[in-house]
Amino acid sequence: MMLAYRTNYYTGILIYSINIGAYYFLWSAIYGSKEEIVGLSVTQMTTYVAVSWMARAFYFNNLDREMALEIMEGKVAVELIRPYNYLGMKVMQGLGEGIFRLFFFSAPGLIIVYFVFPVKFTWDLSVWGLFAISILLSFFINTELNLLTGITTFFIYNNSGLIRAKRVVIDLFSGLLLPISFFPGWAQDVMKYLPFQGISYFPSMIVTKGFSQSQAIDAIAQQFVWVILLFFPIQILWSLAKKQLIIQGG
Amino acid sequence: MKNVIEVNNLRKEFKAYSSRTGLKGAFRDLLTRNYKIVPAVNDINFSVKKGEMVGYIGENGAGKSTTIKMLTGILTPSSGDIIVNGMNPHREREKFVQTIGVVFGQRSQLWWDIAVQESFRLLKKVYKVSDEDYNTHMNHVIHTLDIEPLLDKPVRKLSLGQRMRCELAAALIHNPPLLFLDEPTIGLDVLVKLKIRDFLKEINEKYQTTILLTTHDLTDIEALCERVIMLDEGKVIYDGALKNLQEKWGEGKEIQFQFLEHVELSAVHKLTSEIPVKWDLDEKEQIFTATLEDNDEIISQLIAKVVAEFKIKDVKINETSTEEIIRNIYEKGAV
Repeated sequence: MMLAYRTNYYTGILIYSINIGAYYFLWSAIYGSKEEIVGLSVTQMTTYVAVSWMARAFYFNNLDREMALEIMEGKVAVELIRPYNYLGMKVMQGLGEGIFRLFFFSAPGLIIVYFVFPVKFTWDLSVWGLFAISILLSFFINTELNLLTGITTFFIYNNSGLIRAKRVVIDLFSGLLLPISFFPGWAQDVMKYLPFQGISYFPSMIVTKGFSQSQAIDAIAQQFVWVILLFFPIQILWSLAKKQLIIQGG
Repeated sequence: MKNVIEVNNLRKEFKAYSSRTGLKGAFRDLLTRNYKIVPAVNDINFSVKKGEMVGYIGENGAGKSTTIKMLTGILTPSSGDIIVNGMNPHREREKFVQTIGVVFGQRSQLWWDIAVQESFRLLKKVYKVSDEDYNTHMNHVIHTLDIEPLLDKPVRKLSLGQRMRCELAAALIHNPPLLFLDEPTIGLDVLVKLKIRDFLKEINEKYQTTILLTTHDLTDIEALCERVIMLDEGKVIYDGALKNLQEKWGEGKEIQFQFLEHVELSAVHKLTSEIPVKWDLDEKEQIFTATLEDNDEIISQLIAKVVAEFKIKDVKINETSTEEIIRNIYEKGAV
Protein backbone atom coordinates (compact mmCIF):
# COMPACT_ATOMS: atom_id res chain seq x y z
CA MET A 1 0.00 0.00 0.00
CA MET A 2 2.86 2.35 0.80
CA LEU A 3 4.52 1.56 -2.51
CA ALA A 4 1.22 1.74 -4.38
CA TYR A 5 1.06 5.50 -4.34
CA ARG A 6 4.30 7.19 -5.37
CA THR A 7 3.75 10.80 -4.36
CA ASN A 8 2.70 9.62 -0.95
CA TYR A 9 6.06 7.95 -0.49
CA TYR A 10 8.25 10.86 -1.51
CA THR A 11 6.39 13.49 0.45
CA GLY A 12 6.46 11.18 3.45
CA ILE A 13 10.22 11.53 3.80
CA LEU A 14 9.94 15.29 3.62
CA ILE A 15 7.26 15.29 6.29
CA TYR A 16 9.47 13.44 8.77
CA SER A 17 12.31 15.90 8.28
CA ILE A 18 10.02 18.89 8.69
CA ASN A 19 8.49 17.42 11.85
CA ILE A 20 11.87 16.97 13.49
CA GLY A 21 12.99 20.41 12.38
CA ALA A 22 9.92 22.07 13.87
CA TYR A 23 10.54 20.48 17.27
CA TYR A 24 14.21 21.40 17.11
CA PHE A 25 13.41 25.09 16.72
CA LEU A 26 10.82 24.89 19.47
CA TRP A 27 13.26 23.35 21.93
CA SER A 28 16.07 25.72 20.96
CA ALA A 29 13.81 28.61 21.83
CA ILE A 30 12.85 27.00 25.13
CA TYR A 31 16.46 26.30 26.08
CA GLY A 32 17.52 29.84 25.23
CA SER A 33 21.03 30.15 26.63
CA LYS A 34 20.68 27.39 29.25
CA GLU A 35 23.19 24.56 29.07
CA GLU A 36 20.85 21.85 30.23
CA ILE A 37 17.37 21.26 31.62
CA VAL A 38 16.68 18.30 33.92
CA GLY A 39 19.96 16.67 32.93
CA LEU A 40 19.48 16.88 29.14
CA SER A 41 21.61 19.20 27.02
CA VAL A 42 20.30 20.90 23.88
CA THR A 43 22.10 18.37 21.68
CA GLN A 44 20.72 15.47 23.70
CA MET A 45 17.25 17.00 23.51
CA THR A 46 17.46 17.39 19.75
CA THR A 47 18.70 13.85 19.41
CA TYR A 48 15.86 12.73 21.71
CA VAL A 49 13.32 14.41 19.42
CA ALA A 50 14.87 12.98 16.26
CA VAL A 51 14.97 9.49 17.71
CA SER A 52 11.44 9.74 19.12
CA TRP A 53 10.06 10.42 15.69
CA MET A 54 12.18 7.75 14.09
CA ALA A 55 10.94 5.23 16.64
CA ARG A 56 7.37 6.41 16.12
CA ALA A 57 7.70 5.53 12.43
CA PHE A 58 8.24 1.98 13.56
CA TYR A 59 5.75 1.52 16.38
CA PHE A 60 2.94 3.63 14.98
CA ASN A 61 0.03 2.11 13.08
CA ASN A 62 -3.59 2.82 12.31
CA LEU A 63 -4.87 -0.58 13.34
CA ASP A 64 -7.47 0.91 15.67
CA ARG A 65 -8.96 3.06 12.92
CA GLU A 66 -8.74 0.29 10.32
CA MET A 67 -10.48 -2.20 12.59
CA ALA A 68 -13.16 0.33 13.49
CA LEU A 69 -13.78 1.01 9.80
CA GLU A 70 -13.86 -2.67 8.91
CA ILE A 71 -16.39 -3.33 11.62
CA MET A 72 -18.58 -0.37 10.74
CA GLU A 73 -18.59 -1.26 7.04
CA GLY A 74 -19.10 -4.93 7.70
CA LYS A 75 -15.89 -5.77 5.90
CA VAL A 76 -14.81 -7.78 8.92
CA ALA A 77 -17.07 -10.53 7.50
CA VAL A 78 -14.62 -10.99 4.64
CA GLU A 79 -11.71 -11.23 7.09
CA LEU A 80 -13.47 -13.86 9.14
CA ILE A 81 -13.75 -16.22 6.18
CA ARG A 82 -10.01 -16.28 5.77
CA PRO A 83 -8.06 -19.08 7.43
CA TYR A 84 -5.88 -16.96 9.66
CA ASN A 85 -6.07 -15.44 13.09
CA TYR A 86 -7.53 -11.96 12.53
CA LEU A 87 -5.64 -10.27 15.35
CA GLY A 88 -2.40 -12.03 14.47
CA MET A 89 -2.77 -10.87 10.89
CA LYS A 90 -3.31 -7.27 11.99
CA VAL A 91 -0.20 -7.33 14.18
CA MET A 92 1.89 -8.70 11.31
CA GLN A 93 0.47 -6.05 9.01
CA GLY A 94 1.50 -3.37 11.49
CA LEU A 95 4.96 -4.90 11.84
CA GLY A 96 5.44 -4.96 8.08
CA GLU A 97 4.38 -1.35 7.79
CA GLY A 98 6.61 -0.37 10.69
CA ILE A 99 9.69 -2.02 9.23
CA PHE A 100 9.02 -0.41 5.87
CA ARG A 101 8.56 3.02 7.38
CA LEU A 102 11.66 2.64 9.53
CA PHE A 103 13.97 1.87 6.62
CA PHE A 104 12.38 3.83 3.83
CA PHE A 105 10.98 6.88 5.57
CA SER A 106 12.76 7.64 8.79
CA ALA A 107 16.23 6.41 7.79
CA PRO A 108 16.41 8.79 4.81
CA GLY A 109 14.71 11.46 6.90
CA LEU A 110 17.24 10.98 9.68
CA ILE A 111 20.15 11.31 7.29
CA ILE A 112 18.78 14.64 6.11
CA VAL A 113 18.28 15.79 9.70
CA TYR A 114 21.78 14.68 10.72
CA PHE A 115 23.32 17.10 8.26
CA VAL A 116 21.01 20.01 9.05
CA PHE A 117 20.61 20.00 12.82
CA PRO A 118 23.03 19.41 15.74
CA VAL A 119 22.10 15.81 16.35
CA LYS A 120 24.64 13.58 18.03
CA PHE A 121 24.43 9.79 17.95
CA THR A 122 26.46 7.42 19.98
CA TRP A 123 28.46 4.84 18.04
CA ASP A 124 28.27 2.37 20.89
CA LEU A 125 26.80 -0.82 19.40
CA SER A 126 25.49 -2.15 22.70
CA VAL A 127 23.36 0.98 23.06
CA TRP A 128 21.89 0.46 19.59
CA GLY A 129 21.31 -3.21 20.41
CA LEU A 130 19.32 -2.28 23.51
CA PHE A 131 17.50 0.34 21.47
CA ALA A 132 16.47 -2.25 18.89
CA ILE A 133 15.02 -4.52 21.58
CA SER A 134 13.31 -1.57 23.17
CA ILE A 135 11.54 -0.33 20.05
CA LEU A 136 10.42 -3.86 19.22
CA LEU A 137 8.76 -4.04 22.64
CA SER A 138 7.30 -0.55 22.25
CA PHE A 139 5.81 -1.70 18.94
CA PHE A 140 4.04 -4.53 20.74
CA ILE A 141 2.77 -2.30 23.55
CA ASN A 142 1.43 0.31 21.13
CA THR A 143 -0.10 -2.32 18.85
CA GLU A 144 -1.75 -4.09 21.78
CA LEU A 145 -3.30 -0.80 22.87
CA ASN A 146 -4.49 -0.24 19.30
CA LEU A 147 -6.00 -3.73 19.14
CA LEU A 148 -7.84 -3.15 22.42
CA THR A 149 -9.27 0.09 21.08
CA GLY A 150 -10.18 -1.57 17.79
CA ILE A 151 -11.96 -4.46 19.53
CA THR A 152 -14.12 -2.03 21.51
CA THR A 153 -15.76 -1.15 18.18
CA PHE A 154 -17.49 -4.53 18.38
CA PHE A 155 -19.28 -3.26 21.48
CA ILE A 156 -19.47 0.47 20.89
CA TYR A 157 -20.42 0.76 17.27
CA ASN A 158 -18.99 4.20 16.69
CA ASN A 159 -15.89 4.82 18.75
CA SER A 160 -14.13 7.59 16.81
CA GLY A 161 -14.16 9.74 19.95
CA LEU A 162 -12.47 6.98 21.92
CA ILE A 163 -9.83 6.55 19.22
CA ARG A 164 -9.01 10.24 19.19
CA ALA A 165 -8.78 10.39 22.96
CA LYS A 166 -6.47 7.39 22.96
CA ARG A 167 -4.21 9.06 20.36
CA VAL A 168 -3.85 12.18 22.48
CA VAL A 169 -3.21 10.21 25.66
CA ILE A 170 -0.53 8.11 24.01
CA ASP A 171 1.21 11.01 22.29
CA LEU A 172 1.27 12.96 25.55
CA PHE A 173 2.11 10.21 28.05
CA SER A 174 4.46 8.20 25.86
CA GLY A 175 7.17 10.78 26.04
CA LEU A 176 6.96 11.68 22.37
CA LEU A 177 6.21 15.35 22.86
CA LEU A 178 8.05 15.77 26.13
CA PRO A 179 10.40 13.49 28.04
CA ILE A 180 8.73 12.04 31.13
CA SER A 181 11.53 13.44 33.26
CA PHE A 182 10.13 16.88 32.46
CA PHE A 183 6.77 16.04 34.02
CA PRO A 184 6.01 17.19 37.59
CA GLY A 185 6.99 14.71 40.30
CA TRP A 186 3.50 13.45 41.09
CA ALA A 187 2.82 12.84 37.39
CA GLN A 188 6.01 10.84 37.02
CA ASP A 189 4.92 8.59 39.87
CA VAL A 190 1.57 7.95 38.17
CA MET A 191 3.30 7.25 34.84
CA LYS A 192 5.27 4.46 36.51
CA TYR A 193 2.08 2.39 36.74
CA LEU A 194 1.01 2.97 33.14
CA PRO A 195 2.33 1.33 29.97
CA PHE A 196 2.68 4.53 27.96
CA GLN A 197 6.19 5.57 28.83
CA GLY A 198 7.37 2.26 27.46
CA ILE A 199 6.25 3.37 24.03
CA SER A 200 8.50 6.33 23.33
CA TYR A 201 10.29 7.56 26.44
CA PHE A 202 12.25 4.39 27.16
CA PRO A 203 13.70 3.74 23.69
CA SER A 204 14.60 7.39 23.20
CA MET A 205 16.34 7.70 26.55
CA ILE A 206 18.27 4.50 25.85
CA VAL A 207 19.71 5.70 22.58
CA THR A 208 20.46 9.27 23.72
CA LYS A 209 22.29 7.74 26.65
CA GLY A 210 19.94 9.48 29.05
CA PHE A 211 19.75 6.05 30.76
CA SER A 212 22.72 4.18 32.10
CA GLN A 213 23.02 0.59 30.99
CA SER A 214 21.42 -0.82 34.14
CA GLN A 215 18.57 1.67 33.89
CA ALA A 216 18.15 0.66 30.25
CA ILE A 217 17.86 -3.02 31.08
CA ASP A 218 15.42 -2.22 33.86
CA ALA A 219 13.30 -0.22 31.41
CA ILE A 220 13.29 -3.08 28.90
CA ALA A 221 12.16 -5.48 31.61
CA GLN A 222 9.25 -3.16 32.43
CA GLN A 223 8.26 -2.99 28.76
CA PHE A 224 8.31 -6.77 28.58
CA VAL A 225 6.00 -7.04 31.60
CA TRP A 226 3.49 -4.71 29.94
CA VAL A 227 3.54 -6.69 26.69
CA ILE A 228 2.54 -9.81 28.64
CA LEU A 229 -0.02 -8.03 30.81
CA LEU A 230 -1.85 -6.43 27.88
CA PHE A 231 -2.16 -9.79 26.13
CA PHE A 232 -4.88 -11.06 28.47
CA PRO A 233 -7.59 -8.36 28.14
CA ILE A 234 -7.16 -8.62 24.37
CA GLN A 235 -7.89 -12.35 24.32
CA ILE A 236 -10.86 -11.99 26.67
CA LEU A 237 -12.43 -9.08 24.81
CA TRP A 238 -11.85 -10.77 21.44
CA SER A 239 -13.65 -13.97 22.36
CA LEU A 240 -16.51 -11.90 23.81
CA ALA A 241 -16.61 -9.77 20.67
CA LYS A 242 -16.80 -12.73 18.30
CA LYS A 243 -19.72 -14.20 20.22
CA GLN A 244 -21.86 -11.12 20.00
CA LEU A 245 -20.84 -10.13 16.51
CA ILE A 246 -23.31 -8.40 14.27
CA ILE A 247 -22.30 -7.72 10.70
CA GLN A 248 -23.47 -4.24 9.79
CA GLY A 249 -24.87 -3.77 6.32
CA GLY A 250 -26.59 -7.03 5.42
CA MET B 1 -23.82 -39.80 0.24
CA LYS B 2 -22.97 -37.83 3.34
CA ASN B 3 -24.46 -34.40 3.85
CA VAL B 4 -22.17 -31.50 3.14
CA ILE B 5 -24.45 -29.13 5.07
CA GLU B 6 -26.71 -30.11 7.94
CA VAL B 7 -28.84 -27.58 9.75
CA ASN B 8 -30.99 -28.50 12.75
CA ASN B 9 -33.38 -26.20 14.58
CA LEU B 10 -31.25 -23.23 13.72
CA ARG B 11 -32.22 -20.01 15.39
CA LYS B 12 -30.71 -16.54 15.44
CA GLU B 13 -32.20 -13.77 17.48
CA PHE B 14 -31.30 -10.11 17.42
CA LYS B 15 -32.19 -7.30 19.75
CA ALA B 16 -34.13 -4.77 17.72
CA TYR B 17 -33.98 -1.45 19.46
CA SER B 18 -36.78 1.03 18.97
CA SER B 19 -36.38 4.75 19.44
CA ARG B 20 -38.92 6.60 21.47
CA THR B 21 -40.59 9.55 19.75
CA GLY B 22 -40.02 13.19 20.36
CA LEU B 23 -37.46 15.14 22.35
CA LYS B 24 -38.52 13.71 25.69
CA GLY B 25 -38.24 10.23 24.20
CA ALA B 26 -34.74 10.93 22.96
CA PHE B 27 -33.61 11.88 26.45
CA ARG B 28 -35.22 8.82 27.99
CA ASP B 29 -33.36 6.75 25.40
CA LEU B 30 -30.11 7.99 26.90
CA LEU B 31 -30.94 6.09 30.06
CA THR B 32 -32.73 2.92 28.96
CA ARG B 33 -33.66 1.54 25.55
CA ASN B 34 -36.79 -0.29 24.47
CA TYR B 35 -36.08 -3.44 22.57
CA LYS B 36 -37.71 -6.49 21.12
CA ILE B 37 -36.08 -9.81 20.50
CA VAL B 38 -36.54 -10.61 16.83
CA PRO B 39 -35.82 -14.07 15.44
CA ALA B 40 -34.16 -13.42 12.12
CA VAL B 41 -33.82 -17.15 11.60
CA ASN B 42 -36.59 -19.13 13.25
CA ASP B 43 -35.81 -22.84 13.93
CA ILE B 44 -35.03 -23.94 10.39
CA ASN B 45 -33.94 -27.39 9.20
CA PHE B 46 -32.39 -28.51 5.95
CA SER B 47 -29.51 -30.49 4.51
CA VAL B 48 -27.48 -30.37 1.32
CA LYS B 49 -25.62 -33.24 -0.36
CA LYS B 50 -22.31 -33.07 -2.17
CA GLY B 51 -22.52 -31.82 -5.72
CA GLU B 52 -25.93 -30.19 -5.35
CA MET B 53 -26.60 -26.71 -6.66
CA VAL B 54 -29.20 -25.18 -4.38
CA GLY B 55 -30.95 -21.85 -4.75
CA TYR B 56 -31.60 -20.09 -1.48
CA ILE B 57 -34.25 -17.44 -2.02
CA GLY B 58 -36.56 -15.15 -0.13
CA GLU B 59 -37.70 -11.58 0.13
CA ASN B 60 -35.34 -8.91 1.40
CA GLY B 61 -35.04 -9.38 5.12
CA ALA B 62 -36.19 -13.01 5.10
CA GLY B 63 -33.03 -14.16 6.84
CA LYS B 64 -30.95 -15.44 3.91
CA SER B 65 -27.74 -13.52 4.58
CA THR B 66 -28.00 -14.28 8.29
CA THR B 67 -28.19 -18.01 7.53
CA ILE B 68 -25.23 -17.79 5.16
CA LYS B 69 -23.21 -15.96 7.79
CA MET B 70 -23.94 -18.70 10.30
CA LEU B 71 -23.07 -21.40 7.76
CA THR B 72 -19.74 -19.72 7.05
CA GLY B 73 -18.87 -19.33 10.72
CA ILE B 74 -19.09 -15.56 10.94
CA LEU B 75 -22.05 -15.46 13.31
CA THR B 76 -22.89 -17.77 16.19
CA PRO B 77 -26.38 -19.26 16.27
CA SER B 78 -28.61 -18.40 19.22
CA SER B 79 -29.56 -22.09 19.31
CA GLY B 80 -29.52 -25.16 17.10
CA ASP B 81 -26.78 -27.10 15.31
CA ILE B 82 -24.88 -26.54 12.13
CA ILE B 83 -22.48 -29.05 10.65
CA VAL B 84 -20.75 -28.08 7.42
CA ASN B 85 -18.09 -30.28 5.82
CA GLY B 86 -18.17 -32.26 9.04
CA MET B 87 -17.21 -29.30 11.22
CA ASN B 88 -18.80 -26.65 13.42
CA PRO B 89 -18.17 -23.53 11.34
CA HIS B 90 -17.79 -21.05 14.17
CA ARG B 91 -15.81 -23.13 16.63
CA GLU B 92 -13.38 -24.62 14.13
CA ARG B 93 -13.23 -21.49 12.04
CA GLU B 94 -9.65 -21.40 10.84
CA LYS B 95 -9.67 -25.05 9.81
CA PHE B 96 -13.18 -24.83 8.41
CA VAL B 97 -12.75 -21.83 6.10
CA GLN B 98 -9.98 -23.65 4.23
CA THR B 99 -12.73 -25.85 2.82
CA ILE B 100 -15.13 -23.18 1.62
CA GLY B 101 -15.17 -20.35 -0.87
CA VAL B 102 -17.42 -17.33 -0.43
CA VAL B 103 -18.40 -14.58 -2.82
CA PHE B 104 -20.20 -11.63 -1.28
CA GLY B 105 -21.92 -9.63 -3.97
CA GLN B 106 -21.92 -6.46 -1.95
CA ARG B 107 -18.42 -6.64 -0.48
CA SER B 108 -15.08 -7.08 -2.11
CA GLN B 109 -12.55 -9.57 -0.86
CA LEU B 110 -9.80 -8.32 -3.12
CA TRP B 111 -7.31 -5.71 -1.92
CA TRP B 112 -8.40 -2.37 -3.25
CA ASP B 113 -5.14 -0.61 -4.11
CA ILE B 114 -3.10 -3.37 -5.68
CA ALA B 115 -3.26 -5.35 -8.92
CA VAL B 116 -5.60 -8.34 -9.22
CA GLN B 117 -2.77 -10.81 -9.65
CA GLU B 118 -1.19 -9.60 -6.41
CA SER B 119 -4.44 -10.34 -4.59
CA PHE B 120 -4.45 -13.78 -6.18
CA ARG B 121 -0.87 -14.44 -5.15
CA LEU B 122 -1.57 -13.31 -1.61
CA LEU B 123 -4.61 -15.58 -1.37
CA LYS B 124 -2.57 -18.42 -2.84
CA LYS B 125 -0.11 -18.04 0.04
CA VAL B 126 -2.87 -17.66 2.64
CA TYR B 127 -4.57 -20.88 1.52
CA LYS B 128 -1.23 -22.66 1.04
CA VAL B 129 -1.92 -23.70 -2.55
CA SER B 130 1.03 -25.31 -4.31
CA ASP B 131 2.46 -23.71 -7.45
CA GLU B 132 1.43 -26.67 -9.62
CA ASP B 133 -2.16 -26.75 -8.40
CA TYR B 134 -2.40 -23.00 -8.73
CA ASN B 135 -1.08 -22.91 -12.29
CA THR B 136 -3.17 -25.74 -13.70
CA HIS B 137 -6.33 -24.71 -11.93
CA MET B 138 -6.17 -20.93 -12.15
CA ASN B 139 -5.04 -20.74 -15.77
CA HIS B 140 -8.25 -22.47 -16.70
CA VAL B 141 -10.34 -20.25 -14.42
CA ILE B 142 -8.71 -17.08 -15.72
CA HIS B 143 -9.24 -18.18 -19.29
CA THR B 144 -12.89 -19.16 -18.82
CA LEU B 145 -13.84 -15.99 -16.98
CA ASP B 146 -11.83 -13.98 -19.49
CA ILE B 147 -9.95 -11.95 -16.89
CA GLU B 148 -6.45 -12.27 -18.40
CA PRO B 149 -6.31 -8.58 -19.48
CA LEU B 150 -7.39 -7.46 -16.01
CA LEU B 151 -4.69 -9.18 -13.97
CA ASP B 152 -2.24 -6.30 -13.76
CA LYS B 153 -4.83 -3.62 -13.02
CA PRO B 154 -5.51 -2.34 -9.50
CA VAL B 155 -8.95 -3.43 -8.34
CA ARG B 156 -10.14 0.15 -7.86
CA LYS B 157 -9.85 0.69 -11.62
CA LEU B 158 -12.17 -2.18 -12.60
CA SER B 159 -15.82 -1.94 -13.54
CA LEU B 160 -18.34 -3.90 -11.49
CA GLY B 161 -18.64 -6.74 -13.98
CA GLN B 162 -14.88 -7.07 -14.26
CA ARG B 163 -14.54 -7.01 -10.49
CA MET B 164 -17.19 -9.67 -9.91
CA ARG B 165 -15.46 -12.04 -12.31
CA CYS B 166 -12.21 -11.50 -10.41
CA GLU B 167 -14.00 -12.04 -7.09
CA LEU B 168 -15.32 -15.36 -8.32
CA ALA B 169 -11.84 -16.39 -9.45
CA ALA B 170 -10.41 -15.36 -6.08
CA ALA B 171 -12.93 -17.52 -4.23
CA LEU B 172 -11.78 -20.53 -6.22
CA ILE B 173 -8.02 -20.28 -5.81
CA HIS B 174 -7.99 -23.10 -3.29
CA ASN B 175 -10.61 -25.09 -5.26
CA PRO B 176 -13.02 -25.43 -2.34
CA PRO B 177 -15.53 -28.31 -2.36
CA LEU B 178 -18.26 -25.96 -1.13
CA LEU B 179 -19.06 -22.55 -2.56
CA PHE B 180 -21.35 -19.92 -1.03
CA LEU B 181 -22.51 -17.27 -3.46
CA ASP B 182 -24.34 -14.34 -1.90
CA GLU B 183 -25.83 -12.25 -4.70
CA PRO B 184 -22.92 -12.83 -7.09
CA THR B 185 -24.62 -11.44 -10.20
CA ILE B 186 -25.93 -8.24 -8.69
CA GLY B 187 -25.60 -5.37 -11.17
CA LEU B 188 -24.12 -7.45 -13.98
CA ASP B 189 -24.97 -7.37 -17.66
CA VAL B 190 -26.45 -10.31 -19.55
CA LEU B 191 -23.21 -11.49 -21.17
CA VAL B 192 -21.26 -11.58 -17.94
CA LYS B 193 -24.09 -13.42 -16.22
CA LEU B 194 -24.04 -16.09 -18.91
CA LYS B 195 -20.29 -16.48 -18.61
CA ILE B 196 -20.58 -16.89 -14.86
CA ARG B 197 -23.44 -19.38 -15.12
CA ASP B 198 -21.59 -21.55 -17.61
CA PHE B 199 -18.53 -21.42 -15.44
CA LEU B 200 -20.44 -22.54 -12.34
CA LYS B 201 -22.03 -25.41 -14.22
CA GLU B 202 -18.61 -26.47 -15.41
CA ILE B 203 -16.97 -26.60 -11.99
CA ASN B 204 -19.99 -28.36 -10.56
CA GLU B 205 -19.62 -31.07 -13.19
CA LYS B 206 -15.85 -31.27 -13.11
CA TYR B 207 -15.12 -31.05 -9.38
CA GLN B 208 -18.51 -31.94 -7.88
CA THR B 209 -18.41 -28.54 -6.17
CA THR B 210 -21.47 -28.02 -3.99
CA ILE B 211 -22.97 -24.57 -4.56
CA LEU B 212 -25.38 -22.61 -2.40
CA LEU B 213 -26.65 -19.64 -4.36
CA THR B 214 -28.51 -16.70 -2.86
CA THR B 215 -29.93 -14.40 -5.44
CA HIS B 216 -32.90 -12.31 -6.46
CA ASP B 217 -32.33 -13.06 -10.12
CA LEU B 218 -34.71 -15.94 -10.82
CA THR B 219 -33.25 -16.59 -14.25
CA ASP B 220 -30.00 -17.54 -12.49
CA ILE B 221 -31.93 -19.99 -10.33
CA GLU B 222 -33.75 -21.43 -13.32
CA ALA B 223 -30.51 -21.87 -15.22
CA LEU B 224 -28.48 -23.40 -12.42
CA CYS B 225 -30.45 -24.89 -9.55
CA GLU B 226 -32.55 -28.00 -9.53
CA ARG B 227 -33.51 -27.41 -5.94
CA VAL B 228 -34.68 -24.30 -4.14
CA ILE B 229 -35.08 -23.50 -0.50
CA MET B 230 -37.43 -20.59 0.06
CA LEU B 231 -37.23 -18.53 3.21
CA ASP B 232 -39.85 -16.15 4.56
CA GLU B 233 -39.60 -14.27 7.85
CA GLY B 234 -37.00 -16.69 9.13
CA LYS B 235 -38.85 -19.89 8.26
CA VAL B 236 -38.40 -22.35 5.40
CA ILE B 237 -41.61 -22.31 3.37
CA TYR B 238 -40.48 -24.52 0.49
CA ASP B 239 -37.65 -26.98 0.08
CA GLY B 240 -37.67 -29.11 -3.05
CA ALA B 241 -37.26 -29.29 -6.80
CA LEU B 242 -37.83 -26.12 -8.77
CA LYS B 243 -39.80 -28.09 -11.35
CA ASN B 244 -42.29 -29.24 -8.74
CA LEU B 245 -42.87 -25.66 -7.77
CA GLN B 246 -43.77 -24.81 -11.34
CA GLU B 247 -46.00 -27.84 -11.69
CA LYS B 248 -47.83 -27.33 -8.42
CA TRP B 249 -48.14 -23.63 -8.50
CA GLY B 250 -48.03 -22.77 -12.14
CA GLU B 251 -51.49 -21.71 -13.14
CA GLY B 252 -51.29 -23.70 -16.36
CA LYS B 253 -50.54 -22.13 -19.70
CA GLU B 254 -51.40 -18.85 -21.34
CA ILE B 255 -52.01 -18.53 -25.06
CA GLN B 256 -51.95 -15.08 -26.58
CA PHE B 257 -53.64 -14.43 -29.92
CA GLN B 258 -53.45 -11.42 -32.15
CA PHE B 259 -55.92 -11.32 -35.07
CA LEU B 260 -55.64 -9.61 -38.44
CA GLU B 261 -59.19 -8.33 -38.34
CA HIS B 262 -61.21 -6.88 -35.52
CA VAL B 263 -62.75 -9.62 -33.38
CA GLU B 264 -65.25 -9.31 -30.56
CA LEU B 265 -64.54 -10.98 -27.24
CA SER B 266 -68.06 -12.42 -27.19
CA ALA B 267 -67.39 -14.20 -30.51
CA VAL B 268 -64.31 -15.85 -29.12
CA HIS B 269 -66.21 -16.88 -25.97
CA LYS B 270 -68.96 -18.42 -28.03
CA LEU B 271 -66.50 -20.35 -30.16
CA THR B 272 -64.71 -21.95 -27.24
CA SER B 273 -67.62 -22.33 -24.85
CA GLU B 274 -67.08 -26.10 -24.54
CA ILE B 275 -63.42 -25.80 -23.58
CA PRO B 276 -62.51 -24.92 -19.96
CA VAL B 277 -60.74 -21.66 -20.74
CA LYS B 278 -60.67 -18.13 -19.36
CA TRP B 279 -60.38 -15.25 -21.83
CA ASP B 280 -58.93 -11.79 -21.23
CA LEU B 281 -58.70 -8.91 -23.68
CA ASP B 282 -56.10 -6.16 -23.72
CA GLU B 283 -58.14 -3.44 -25.44
CA LYS B 284 -55.22 -1.24 -26.38
CA GLU B 285 -53.00 -3.85 -27.95
CA GLN B 286 -55.90 -6.11 -29.04
CA ILE B 287 -54.26 -9.13 -27.49
CA PHE B 288 -56.58 -11.99 -26.55
CA THR B 289 -55.19 -14.09 -23.70
CA ALA B 290 -56.55 -17.57 -23.02
CA THR B 291 -55.66 -19.08 -19.64
CA LEU B 292 -56.20 -22.80 -19.38
CA GLU B 293 -54.98 -26.01 -17.81
CA ASP B 294 -51.57 -27.31 -18.89
CA ASN B 295 -53.11 -30.14 -20.94
CA ASP B 296 -51.68 -30.70 -24.43
CA GLU B 297 -54.95 -32.02 -25.87
CA ILE B 298 -57.08 -29.14 -24.68
CA ILE B 299 -54.47 -26.64 -25.81
CA SER B 300 -54.34 -28.20 -29.27
CA GLN B 301 -58.14 -28.19 -29.46
CA LEU B 302 -58.30 -24.52 -28.53
CA ILE B 303 -55.66 -23.43 -31.00
CA ALA B 304 -57.22 -25.49 -33.78
CA LYS B 305 -60.66 -23.96 -33.23
CA VAL B 306 -59.47 -20.36 -33.00
CA VAL B 307 -57.13 -20.58 -35.97
CA ALA B 308 -59.81 -22.18 -38.12
CA GLU B 309 -62.29 -19.41 -37.40
CA PHE B 310 -60.20 -16.22 -37.38
CA LYS B 311 -57.24 -14.94 -39.36
CA ILE B 312 -54.13 -15.00 -37.13
CA LYS B 313 -51.46 -12.32 -36.85
CA ASP B 314 -49.55 -13.85 -33.90
CA VAL B 315 -49.81 -16.78 -31.50
CA LYS B 316 -47.73 -17.13 -28.31
CA ILE B 317 -47.77 -19.88 -25.72
CA ASN B 318 -46.52 -18.88 -22.25
CA GLU B 319 -46.04 -20.80 -19.06
CA THR B 320 -46.64 -19.02 -15.81
CA SER B 321 -43.17 -17.66 -15.23
CA THR B 322 -41.14 -18.65 -12.21
CA GLU B 323 -41.10 -15.00 -11.28
CA GLU B 324 -44.90 -14.90 -11.08
CA ILE B 325 -44.97 -18.07 -9.03
CA ILE B 326 -42.43 -16.68 -6.60
CA ARG B 327 -44.23 -13.37 -6.44
CA ASN B 328 -47.46 -15.09 -5.55
CA ILE B 329 -45.75 -17.09 -2.86
CA TYR B 330 -44.10 -14.00 -1.40
CA GLU B 331 -47.46 -12.23 -1.32
CA LYS B 332 -49.30 -15.11 0.25
CA GLY B 333 -46.45 -16.00 2.58
CA ALA B 334 -46.87 -19.75 2.13
CA VAL B 335 -46.67 -22.46 -0.48
